[in-house]
Parts: sequence; structure tokens; C-alpha cells
Amino acid sequence: MTHPLLARLDAGETLISDGATGTYLQQHGLAPGGCPEEFNLTHPEVVREMAAAYFAAGSDMVLTNSFGGNVFRLRHYGYGDRVRELNRLGVAHARSVAPPGRFVVGSIGPTGEFLEPLGDVSVAEMAAVFAEQAEALEEGGADAILVETMISLEEATLAVRVARERTNCVVIATMVFDKGPRGYFTMMGNTPEQAARELLDAGAHVVGSNCGNGIAQMVEIARQLREATDAPLLIHSNAGIPRIREGQLLYPETPEMMAPFFLELEQVGINIIGGCCGTNPDHIRALAHTLNRDPVAG
Amino acid sequence: METINAGLERELRDYVARPDEHARLRGIFERASPLMQEIAHHLIYGRKAEVDRLTRQALDEDYSPNVILDDGLIAGMAVVGIKFRDNLIFVPEVLIAARAMKAGLAHVEPILSASGIEPSGTVIMGTVKGDLHDIGKNLCIMMLRGAGFIVHDLGVDTKPEQFIEAVQRHQAPVVGMSALLTTTMPNMGRTIKAFEAAGLRSAIRFMVGGAAVTREFAAEIDADGYGKDAIACVELAKELTARSRRKL
Repeated sequence: MTHPLLARLDAGETLISDGATGTYLQQHGLAPGGCPEEFNLTHPEVVREMAAAYFAAGSDMVLTNSFGGNVFRLRHYGYGDRVRELNRLGVAHARSVAPPGRFVVGSIGPTGEFLEPLGDVSVAEMAAVFAEQAEALEEGGADAILVETMISLEEATLAVRVARERTNCVVIATMVFDKGPRGYFTMMGNTPEQAARELLDAGAHVVGSNCGNGIAQMVEIARQLREATDAPLLIHSNAGIPRIREGQLLYPETPEMMAPFFLELEQVGINIIGGCCGTNPDHIRALAHTLNRDPVAG
Repeated sequence: METINAGLERELRDYVARPDEHARLRGIFERASPLMQEIAHHLIYGRKAEVDRLTRQALDEDYSPNVILDDGLIAGMAVVGIKFRDNLIFVPEVLIAARAMKAGLAHVEPILSASGIEPSGTVIMGTVKGDLHDIGKNLCIMMLRGAGFIVHDLGVDTKPEQFIEAVQRHQAPVVGMSALLTTTMPNMGRTIKAFEAAGLRSAIRFMVGGAAVTREFAAEIDADGYGKDAIACVELAKELTARSRRKL
């Protein structure tokens, strides 16, 4: 049976995703460089309120607080033996406040390690790491898994393959592209076209891009991806390159500034639109409003 | 003047488009012996075993370590830097070339330091507090060492006190800070503030870099320079070292 999320995409609907997790948590007490996933244990109310705020703003889907929830990252914070628990909690918190018909998407970020021969992690070892996280997210009740912020296509395709093999979740995969003198590439040298093709070949249901250098560039990346494939596409743009104001990080793109670009993303044919670093529930409200999707009160 | 070998000719023709860079590198390769040219070419393609073997051979043949460095290793790395900047190669290729460079340096460095040749400078490098990402920083370190700098690597999650302690212990005038996460970028500014509080700010030049770091951001936190990649980092370290020397 087609998952309702995919069914809605198939029906031609544009879905609204959520905004940032990390920057939201930092505004709500997470120390810079602290372990975000720890908040699933220590500050469950903050994580739930975040998900609730996004749902209220109009998000059809909310990501779990599990971006760094793999054993390589969690080990640094002393949580290497609690991967399953932290991921399951992350899903549970978002699910607990999800209105009927909305989706919870399990976030899987990069491991921060390089595969052999560039690094010293074998494919089998990294596959096991992704399997542990993906299975925990499904056990917790995630509708979908989002493999995100990837810079290595090899790592991203591995995560997609593992998530498809080990779970029945919808699998979405997004990568970060930088603009260089010859156009958009990942840090490791893959174009949006290559990334889309290989991620789809690996089994991703939806592909796309996240983070980046502001939404204007994201529209360019979106066009490139749309030309490369007919598959469903997701874009999570950050709110521009952050600046420092009085010791605080400030993301320059306001909801009003991003709104026309949200519309452009829809016109380009992006099927799921949301935000990354620096976007908050106000950005999502602006997105919902722009797409004529004002949330019904309550 | 030597004939430039076919491999390096191809590199110049296909990849080094800027006339000034093309002329400069052509000059270096024409000065370099066939053996040095071979080292440079293997280095460009990251062939570590060959760079390792030929560097040892060169030392056995009584090449001066400076010649091996300038005409072989650094000349090859210059091509890598240009190709990286121009999107012709990417991080994997640079990492592999840097490893080959390191293999060559391992033979040359002990002789250089024993002969009392002045290093290009001393740099303290670290990823700031709370940030566990070190790919970019490690690339910078390899390139800095390749350019003759002594680098003290403080690793990831480096607290301001650790930077201060390292600066004092090693008498280093230049500190390089890296942050990948937007959430940890402010810790670069906090580290500079900690140097101010310790009365050490004026003696130190700070360079910063990282995925979301910009020139404007560097200025906002009162850093002395911003490098967009590992190649820029080396140029910046040279400039900041020169500035700190003028000041002393």
C-alpha cells in the first residue's frame, strides 16, 4: 500500500515541512555545541513544544530531534550506548503532538566520518550505524526517514539503501550543494543531477537539497534538480548565512524575505518545502500563507 | 632549463588557465629537474608510494631538502590548489594529494629542522568549543605543514583556555579557528574575547574558516582574517605571520 505521504505527493499536493531544529533548541536552552539529542531525555517539553509550534504553523510533517543520533556522534557526548532510546524518544515527542494526518519524519544526519579509503570506516561498519538509527526511528513510529545534510554521495546512498532495506518507512534524501566557479557541487564533487540519480537508484522515494547559502541559491538548485528528474523533490532552505549581532547569531532572511522564494520553489515543481538552519515557526507560517494554506485554528 | 614532462605539460595546458599562474608554474617546472617534476606530477595525483620512494631517492642523490620542497612537493601542491579552487577536483582528491605530500615531507622535514632552517611560522589550529568537525581544519593543517609552517593541532571541541594555553606554550603568533556548525560559530568570537580578557589579544592574529563562515562574519567577531578554503588558509597564515613579525 502506498504510504499516505507518498499518496498525497502522487495526487499533486505540495507538502509543507518544518523549520530548523538545532537553532530552535539553542534559543530554548541548548548550549552552543551541546548535544541536541540529549534534549529528548532532559527537556522533552522543549522538543514537544517545538514540534507542536511547527504543526500549528502549518507543517504537514515535522522532523525528529535526531539529526546527530548515530553512534559516531553520540559517542562524543557519552551517549554511544543509548542510540535507540534517544531516537525512539525523538519520534515519540513529535508524534505526541502531531494532529491526525500529519507526518513525523526521522532525521538522519551525516556520521561525520569518511568511508574507506578516504577515511577509516568500512561500508559494513557505517551501514550498521545507519541501520541502528533507522530501525530505532521506525520502532518509535516514524512515517518517513530523511537522510539529510549529506556532503558525501557515497554515505548518503548507503544510508538510503540501509533505510530501505531495514525499514518500511518512506525514504527521503537531501544533500548540501555549494556554488563554485563551475556551478553547484557537493563538497566531494557531485552535481545535483548525479546526486538525484544515484539517490533515486539507491531507493529514495524523494530527493532534494537542504541547508545551503540562502533561499535564492536554493531556487537555482531546485531548478537543476527538477530538470534532472521527475521524482518528488524536497527543499529545506536555511535563512541565509548567519551574522553575529551582539554575540548572538542572526539569520538574515526573514519570513517576509523568504516568502516569494517559497512560492518560486512551488512553481519550479518542488513537492515538499520547508526550512533549515535559522528558520522558525514564523517562517513556516509565512510559507503556509504563501501557498494559500493558512492553518485552521486549533 | 629542463623540458617539462608530458604529464605536467598536460596539467598546465588543461587546468592552469590564468596567465599569471600558468607563467609562474611553467617557470618553476622549467627550473625543476626531471626527478622533481616526477615528484610533482605524482603528488598531483596523490600517488603516495611514488612520492615517498622518489623523495627518498632524491635525498640519496643529495638533493637539498629545500629544492625537494619547492620544486617537487610545493610545486605539485600548487597545481592541486588551483584545480581545487576552480572546481576541477574536490575534497577527496585534495585529501589524497595531501597524504602523498605528507609522505614526502616525512623524509624532508627532519633534515630541514636539523639544519636550523627557519620555518614559515608557527600556527595553533583547532575546531572551536562544542564543534566536533575537523575535515576542513585537517585539510588546512596539511596544507600549512606543506608550506613549511609548524602547526600545533588542538583537535576538535577546543575551549578558549586551551587556545590560550597553547599560544603561550608554543609562542605562536597566529591562531586558526574552525567551526562547521552555525551554532558553534559564535564560539570563535568568544575565544577572541577570552584572549582580550587575558590581555593577549593584541599579540595574536586570528584566522577563521568553516562552511558557513564568511568574511563579514570574521569582521564581526574581530578576527584578523578569513580563509574560504585550505589554499586560502596558507596565504592568510603567511600574511598574518608577516604582520605579526612587523609588529614585534
